[in-house]
Amino acid sequence: MIEEQTIIPILPETLVAETRKMRDQGYRLVQICVTRLGEELELDYSFDLNRRFVNFRFRQPKIGARVPSITSVYWCAFTYENEFSDLFGVQVDGNALDFKGTFYMTAMKHPFIHDAAPIPTAAQPLPGGQ
Amino acid sequence: MGTRTLIPFGPQHPVLPEPIHIDLVVEDEKVVEAIPSIGFIHRGLEKLVEKKDFIEYVYVAERICGICSFIHGQTYCQGIETIMKIPVPPRAHYLRTIWGELSRIHSHLLWAGLMADAFGFEALFMHSWRIRERVLDLIEATTGGRVIFGSCKVGGARRDITPEQMHWLLGELAEVEKEMRLIVDIFMNDHSVKHRLCGVGVISKDDAVALGAVGPTLRGSGVADDMRLLKYAAFGDLDFQPITRSDGDSYSRCAVRCAELFQSVDLIRQAAAKMPAGEIAVKVTGTPDGEFFSRVEQPRGEVVYYIKGNGSKNLVRFRARTPTFANVPPLVKMLAGCELADVPVLVLTIDPCISCTER
Repeated sequence: MIEEQTIIPILPETLVAETRKMRDQGYRLVQICVTRLGEELELDYSFDLNRRFVNFRFRQPKIGARVPSITSVYWCAFTYENEFSDLFGVQVDGNALDFKGTFYMTAMKHPFIHDAAPIPTAAQPLPGGQ
Repeated sequence: MGTRTLIPFGPQHPVLPEPIHIDLVVEDEKVVEAIPSIGFIHRGLEKLVEKKDFIEYVYVAERICGICSFIHGQTYCQGIETIMKIPVPPRAHYLRTIWGELSRIHSHLLWAGLMADAFGFEALFMHSWRIRERVLDLIEATTGGRVIFGSCKVGGARRDITPEQMHWLLGELAEVEKEMRLIVDIFMNDHSVKHRLCGVGVISKDDAVALGAVGPTLRGSGVADDMRLLKYAAFGDLDFQPITRSDGDSYSRCAVRCAELFQSVDLIRQAAAKMPAGEIAVKVTGTPDGEFFSRVEQPRGEVVYYIKGNGSKNLVRFRARTPTFANVPPLVKMLAGCELADVPVLVLTIDPCISCTER
């Protein structure tokens, strides 16, 4: 059976208010996801109530993205907000538990907004000359 | 107010098989605040979709975790199949259900052993893992692998279970069930075990929902939420109701897992009895163009895969939200107010899988 999933476009300015409505109806925060689409980032906030899946969606520029925190509504969102802040460089305003870029100890800053490095081949020696 | 002391818990700790760090702020012996840190072994597997084509990537998905590896592969395949509208043969759905439930049994037995070890019941730990070995033998006999099954692929299953194998599997499972009753009896009724678990780390129904808890952590607080109710794979044909407990304490979370051991045995029996004959896979042509949030119930709770393709052989985005990632905030809530000596047991009541979390 294929699950029905509702995707609702919203404006970033209305994120906190819309999220509060979901909480008041008893929805559980399922996840927050960021997807890089060219020069933009697509943000998805997913909720569930009795296996009814609702997803809020909006876009931000890849460089200089900034969103309000929803931790005042769903405190548990701090993990997701720190995650996408570290991986995509999205500035989150008002995160209740802000790790300030130390949630993931990545070798490079904001690795998910860059293209993946090419797979080394025999003609391209690995770093360190191996 | 007593003097506050900061005690670092982890990332290396006898009770933790994998690295997670928690800063515990304590007053005397009471924890007043807990601040978690993860990210010690973040692998960036989500980024690999840019290099691996969507068919190959199932091998990566299976390797996100060594405990629920099969269900990771299943969740990924289900997402791709939904986007591409691939008609997966019914027999493949049943095979996936059987292997998925075997995964749940071995995962819960692994947890039972770790839990017993955490509260110092070594004999219970060894018995739990001895029984788990028998389940791993069943998995090895039917898939060829003990940790990475490699039996799920986009379009169906790679291997079938013959009638003779199924007969043997069900016989073995009956023996495993008998043995599990012995250890579950101890878990649920032993005085010293109950003393460590009852009334410890209580999380209310409302808090569990508000904090985004999933799996036995959510069901142990009385919320009957289980992704198997979405009727994926063969669950639409099976008699299934989520197991819940209402107290919201460590004992309730353990009781849910213990009851789920027998529920999984029952689901395997149902699936074996109803499994139709026929093909186990279909040929896959084309590439995924679309998106889907694939949700499946892992042993630790709901796993969500967001998969987005643009018609090329590489996905645009693969994102895995694993159950432990969702259960970290509830854990923080449970820890505040507990005794310092209860911290290791409480951490294990969410059955943390850091390998999943650090995908």
